[in-house]
Amino acid sequence: MFDLINPSRIFYWIEKLINFINSIFFILLIIALTFALVLSPPDYLQGDSVRIMYVHVPSAWIGLASFTVIALLSMLSFIFKIKNLNIITKSIAPIGLLFTCLAIITGSIWGKPTWGTWWAWDARITSMLVLSIFYVLFILAHKLIEKEDKAIKVSNIIAVIGLINIPVIRYSVDWWNTLHQPSSIKIDGTTSIHPSMLMPLMLMLLVLLLYCALILLMKYKTEIIRIKKKNIKRI
Amino acid sequence: MLTKKVKKRVSFLSLLLISLVVAVFFILTSLTNNILYFKSPTDIQLSQDIIFNKKMRVGGMVKKDSIDINNQEIKFIITDLKNEIFVSYKGTVPNLFSEGKGVVAEGTLKDKSFFIADRILAKHDEKYMPPELKDLMKKDVK
Repeated sequence: MFDLINPSRIFYWIEKLINFINSIFFILLIIALTFALVLSPPDYLQGDSVRIMYVHVPSAWIGLASFTVIALLSMLSFIFKIKNLNIITKSIAPIGLLFTCLAIITGSIWGKPTWGTWWAWDARITSMLVLSIFYVLFILAHKLIEKEDKAIKVSNIIAVIGLINIPVIRYSVDWWNTLHQPSSIKIDGTTSIHPSMLMPLMLMLLVLLLYCALILLMKYKTEIIRIKKKNIKRI
Repeated sequence: MLTKKVKKRVSFLSLLLISLVVAVFFILTSLTNNILYFKSPTDIQLSQDIIFNKKMRVGGMVKKDSIDINNQEIKFIITDLKNEIFVSYKGTVPNLFSEGKGVVAEGTLKDKSFFIADRILAKHDEKYMPPELKDLMKKDVK
């Protein structure tokens, strides 16, 4: 099963995938941005500041999803001691951190004209900040701890602890009074976003996911090269 | 694949996860009062140990036809459809502050139904739609 992601054979496929994503990425980005920034209607209440949502919501989703993936892979890695999984989680972490910060920053920019404040210590925003701290801890564990085995162990545990935060973020708006509005898109598929706005949102999600895939593949490649060059840190 | 060591690690992880969930659950439930970003008028009516003249936040809906603006202050009523609270405020309000919409007021409570705000935040709901649609909906209602 893990033969498919065997680092020594995968180089060729990574290269091909990167080229493929590169060929469609910019076209899709332009299409999605045109829909999000020009063609979609302004909101009846917020006006044009609704366009921030097209970056904010997908970023937050990606931030949450990346950490969930990191935590699940970390658990597998911790149990079965598969080192390759750690290269993958190590490659996902910076992307997750980037998008979590992006969600916080765009949310802050959106909050000023809509709520009247840049920042509020409400449950959703605070738990999102905690998520970004977990990302930083995870990355720092790899950077600061010299001994590789120990670094992997510590980062795995950090990821598992951080996993508890994910449902807290998800349900924070339902459990407590928050300034942040409840989810517009429910898990059962119902949504309170008008289709003319939902379409650009989904397009932006697709584009940002492609971007994630691109960065992930490039980072993964770099990690493998690093291991091969050093020759000591063998898989 | 399931050697003794693997089983040991699985049980360690599950123990860690369970204890974490329990710990986080207890921490969050005991902190509920601090986590709540604002109290609703009903919360204030029901609570016994309320401290007056202390900074707090009240949130709910701005009651329809309750906004009264004169050149000194803005007065309005925050409602959660069960209880109401009068709010008096001096200053500028955010753009989204309007009747029938969510609002959070930051300030001090004078008594259980009178609140002096020194900051008003607008709360946005989860609905997003183009303006034309909103106009259509209004016409339907009329």
